[in-house]
Amino acid sequence: MSSIKTKSSFGVAQVILFLSIAILVIVVAFPVLLILFNAFWVNDEFNFAGALEIIKEPQTFQALKNSLIIATGTTIGSTIVGTFFAWLVTRTDLPHKTFMKSMFLVPFMLPSFIGALAWKMLLSPNAGFINQFFIQHLGFTGPIFNIYSYIGISTVEVMYLFPFVFIQVCGALERMDPTLEESARISGAGLFTITRKITIPLVMPSILSGALLIMLYSMAHFGTVAVLGIENGIYNIPTLIYERIHQSGGSFDAIRTGTVLATVLVISAAIIIYAQRKILGSGHYQIIGGKSFRPMELKLRGLRMPLMIFCLAYIAFTIVLPTVVIFLVGSLKTYGLAFTFDNLSLDNYKFILFDYKVTRDAIFNSVTLGFTAAIITMFAGVMISYVIVKMKVRGKGILEFLGMLPFSVPGSVIALGVILAWSGQFGINLYNTVWIILVAYIARYMAFSLKANSAALEQVHDSLVEASRACGATMWQSLRDIVLPLVRPGMLAAFFLIFLPSLRELTVSIMLYAPTTRTIGVAIYTLNEDGETVISAALAGIALIIIILGQSVINHFTKKAGV
Amino acid sequence: MSYVRLVNVTKRFGDVTAVNSLNFEIGKGECFSMLGPSGCGKTTTLRMVAGFEDLSDGEVWVGDRLLSSPKKNHYLPPEKRNFGMVFQAFAVWPHLSVYENVAFPLRIRKLPDSEIDQRTKEALKATNLLSAANESPDFLSGGGKQRVALARALAINPDVMLLDEPLSSLDPHLREEMRFEIKELQQKYGFSIIYVTHDQSEAMALSDRILVMKLGVVQQIDTPLNIYNHPANQFVFSFIGLSNFLKAIPQDGHVILPDQSEAVPMTLKPPDSLRDAALLSLASRPSEIDFTHMEDPAGLHGIVSRKAFLGEIIDYQIKVGDQVLRVQKGRRDPGPEPGAVCAIHFLRPFWYKEK
Amino acid sequence: MDIIRVEGVAKSYGQHQVHKNLTLAIKKGECFTLLGPSGCGKTVLLRLLAGFESPDAGKIYIDDTLVSDVAHRLEIPPENRGLGIVFQDYAVWPHMTVFENVAYPLKIAKRPKEEMREQVMKMIDIVGMHGLDKRLPSELSGGQQQRVALARALVGNPSLMLLDEPLSNLDANLREEMRFEIKELQRKLDITVLYVTHDQEIGLAISDRVAVMNETGEIQQIGTPWEIFEQPVNPFVFHFMGIANSIEVRRENGAYLVGKGQQPVPWKSPEGDTAHWIAGFRPSDVQIARDGEGLRGIVRRANFLGAMMDYLIEIDGAHLRTSIETHRALSENLMFKAGDICTIRFLNLLWFEADKVKEAAQP
Repeated sequence: MSSIKTKSSFGVAQVILFLSIAILVIVVAFPVLLILFNAFWVNDEFNFAGALEIIKEPQTFQALKNSLIIATGTTIGSTIVGTFFAWLVTRTDLPHKTFMKSMFLVPFMLPSFIGALAWKMLLSPNAGFINQFFIQHLGFTGPIFNIYSYIGISTVEVMYLFPFVFIQVCGALERMDPTLEESARISGAGLFTITRKITIPLVMPSILSGALLIMLYSMAHFGTVAVLGIENGIYNIPTLIYERIHQSGGSFDAIRTGTVLATVLVISAAIIIYAQRKILGSGHYQIIGGKSFRPMELKLRGLRMPLMIFCLAYIAFTIVLPTVVIFLVGSLKTYGLAFTFDNLSLDNYKFILFDYKVTRDAIFNSVTLGFTAAIITMFAGVMISYVIVKMKVRGKGILEFLGMLPFSVPGSVIALGVILAWSGQFGINLYNTVWIILVAYIARYMAFSLKANSAALEQVHDSLVEASRACGATMWQSLRDIVLPLVRPGMLAAFFLIFLPSLRELTVSIMLYAPTTRTIGVAIYTLNEDGETVISAALAGIALIIIILGQSVINHFTKKAGV
Repeated sequence: MSYVRLVNVTKRFGDVTAVNSLNFEIGKGECFSMLGPSGCGKTTTLRMVAGFEDLSDGEVWVGDRLLSSPKKNHYLPPEKRNFGMVFQAFAVWPHLSVYENVAFPLRIRKLPDSEIDQRTKEALKATNLLSAANESPDFLSGGGKQRVALARALAINPDVMLLDEPLSSLDPHLREEMRFEIKELQQKYGFSIIYVTHDQSEAMALSDRILVMKLGVVQQIDTPLNIYNHPANQFVFSFIGLSNFLKAIPQDGHVILPDQSEAVPMTLKPPDSLRDAALLSLASRPSEIDFTHMEDPAGLHGIVSRKAFLGEIIDYQIKVGDQVLRVQKGRRDPGPEPGAVCAIHFLRPFWYKEK
Repeated sequence: MDIIRVEGVAKSYGQHQVHKNLTLAIKKGECFTLLGPSGCGKTVLLRLLAGFESPDAGKIYIDDTLVSDVAHRLEIPPENRGLGIVFQDYAVWPHMTVFENVAYPLKIAKRPKEEMREQVMKMIDIVGMHGLDKRLPSELSGGQQQRVALARALVGNPSLMLLDEPLSNLDANLREEMRFEIKELQRKLDITVLYVTHDQEIGLAISDRVAVMNETGEIQQIGTPWEIFEQPVNPFVFHFMGIANSIEVRRENGAYLVGKGQQPVPWKSPEGDTAHWIAGFRPSDVQIARDGEGLRGIVRRANFLGAMMDYLIEIDGAHLRTSIETHRALSENLMFKAGDICTIRFLNLLWFEADKVKEAAQP
């Protein structure tokens, strides 16, 4: 349309667009397509019935049902817990609210499979410390709670996933214009009526969107089910995919079952993401206020102390207790010994950090993989986001569509996809190398990078660039001097959003690791499977320390940047 | 007859006294405005009347009902006070239809369905919203949303209506229209209004009486015309319209300019009570200064440093020594050109002591 | 000499035609305001001049250089047009200090360090930001940020400065102050200013000439502020330039009667055969009195606004608004109450044919 503009940036714009599309196609779209292809394409023909047959097999069908049961339980539990705590810390006179709020966010940083390990130590039917305590000292004849159950698995998932709802609802409640509630009050409604008729309906979109996120996460969640379910024969979709691929060493049947299950996951994810967008798009009320007063606080009166104690107990039970157990077990000389001073030492930690090759390799692998993936994904993400948010080029629509993909592809699907894509069928064989894990990490974390970078780019108003053009700067000079410096905080955020979770990654790594390419998550999991409980716990403890240190660094940075 | 009564109402936030010992009474059916710059405590006062803020000291009464009194440990929560209230940011509930928004206070009171329907419709009719009854308020303009808020406040037939800057989120032309609507509704239903605003012309146009407030302290309570004609102090003068302050030093019953660049006419005399002040301000409104001929003994000489045609008015900037005055004349009034020496005459000079 | 010449420019976005065949010339050294309601395409025109958008047809000259010529596929990019631009949202770069912001155009032009420093500091002084050169934009108020944007636009000594509603994000007092400052700067630095706004008061206050655009982007009138205000060419311009009264007048037996009554308009009759007319006048074109000659009316609403008394008056079914300074109303016994009888005389009156006014009101 415009002559000079297209002339000056013709080549460049097209190159950037092409590169962006290429990255997303190679890293995400191609593996997903291969899964769909393998699921439905048998012996050179489309075979939908075959895929249905596989789903109908008792074991696969059971896994589907289990995924659904666990995800439903987890979602309902998390939504109730998250909404309740969010309401408690934003709308009542609960004592020490700020402290409580920061504590409720802690589970976000903790890897749920490490939590699951801790709960296994505490509540496994025979050996769990709590169950044993009740049997030995209080005369119980059997375990008081069996963690190897649907309820057990869902409960543990709730502990680590409820912050998704908590954060969303807290945000909505805090931003909500207090006069919306005050006008109900002046209309004659009491605080409980207001909560029921005004507050909850207004934040319902936030509650639902958080709930759907949890649903998506739980359906595709590997760690907790792997640690707590498999012992009792409870498989969900990701664990069954892992089991099949792992057991059979990549046989055709296993791959096919895997791809069919993965397809189910992809479809569920697409439905959930669609529903979430729909809710956030149309149903989101404009409830953000102008004047800000402190919102009304519900006086809890007699319930104030009991509720505070309840919150503290919840924090102690779900956060402190499992963490302490991990560190204590990690310090034991042998699993099964009592926690007496004589039996505890730091030897295990020394051993895994300096002497034991498996764990040393795992830490090295996770750090280098996480760092490399974070750097690559950060730069790729900023480029792709720039095209999507800022550039006006033909063909952008394709990229916008591709850019949604990373958000809706669960980890185990990515893992299976990269196996199909990079095991030699297409000329490149990365199987059993760290490179295949790297590719999978990039695909898995692209969504984080796109989110952080687009948010940062949207803050850079077009007029800032136009102002620099008017000052005589060319397109490239404007990019260098104005755009890049302004999105740097977004890029940094993207880096940490990828680096930290990748340190504890399990779902993808477990499907792709080879003996020399274990990551921290894989090492913790496999050591535990092999009965090396204390070593596994010690490594989990180290992982927790690294994650908490990393999180403090981020908090420090974001506070300084004033974000 | 006084209906709403505030006695020594005080609000402290930590060490800061936001509202300092406020006393006033409002008659039944009166429109009473609280006017002041942001942070002067007017909104805090309104929120204390509504019951959203606790009082640190004092009492709030409506009729013979005591609403708040920290001394007597008495506090009636907002939902029991039976007020109508309208907020700046509309505060209509987006998840309820226009009709349900207005019916809400009636449903809370558990009135029979037929009465809810009848009173809701009446309130909607009074605010010209009947046709939009089943719509979501999200689809209404700012003015429409504020009408819903008004209708909701009207539905319970309150004796007192609290309005917290209800028009400042609206476009200027809509603001004027809504102002008249509020006034009409008041005349029709006869409720008292406590109106909070920082816009002096809004307060002037609506109110029977105005309270001017600064830093939590009452400056003046009076009718709009009296506030305009007899502002109690320099703050009130400056807050209710464009204003000039010309610094002058008293000398032998007259004044001289601090830089003595021009002779101040002998006719411009400060009141006797201010003769001992070290420095005075001669306060004037730009519209209350006339140009006069150079020989006029009542004329103060200056130079036109700027003249701007603004349509209906012509805006002059006059330099008197090193001080600057603003003069506004109608577009038909003759006036000097930029750069010209001129003489000005103050129609209504006010004198204040400079601190 | 013309510094900007726009010849037959057209621009549309999809189905939406913003400009068709627009022609406009702006003289060197003048302060020219493009005035129009929001959505009329005035900002689009400014962006076409700046080079952020390309026209679909036509030519644009800046300083006698052809910068846009659709027929010859010529389009000089914005950075080579040598303009200063100030945006509504300031567009001050948040990661640079005031000094760095203002210095950027000179840095891009690779001026020597010493010269650059001197010029930047001088410009910071000129816009009244002395001593604030090390601040970041986040430490500045809106008005100060807009001053930085002004300094940045002016530092490269452009011959032409484009201002896109630069004051509309500021509060009323600051807006009033800044508009005179912009006018001062324009005089002091002797540059041409093209100012785009929807605020007729700013347009009147600072311009040498004003162009008024209607909703569909057509220029209605170009003239000095006085001409535009006092001699509007059509009802649109008349209404757009400030509070405007229009009362219906009908012709009956050769007389021009107000509203539904029998009182003739005390003003010279319009030329033309039309039976239905609109008489237009400003509130200040009306003289109100208790009695005497003139149209008899009833005060329907008296509104005290502080310095002004505002009256709504009905004359036989026609309504008009007028205002009078409070001190005059007080001293001349003109404080009316609702229901009082009054008389109205005109100092000026514009005649518009009723049919055409109705047409104009229907977009």
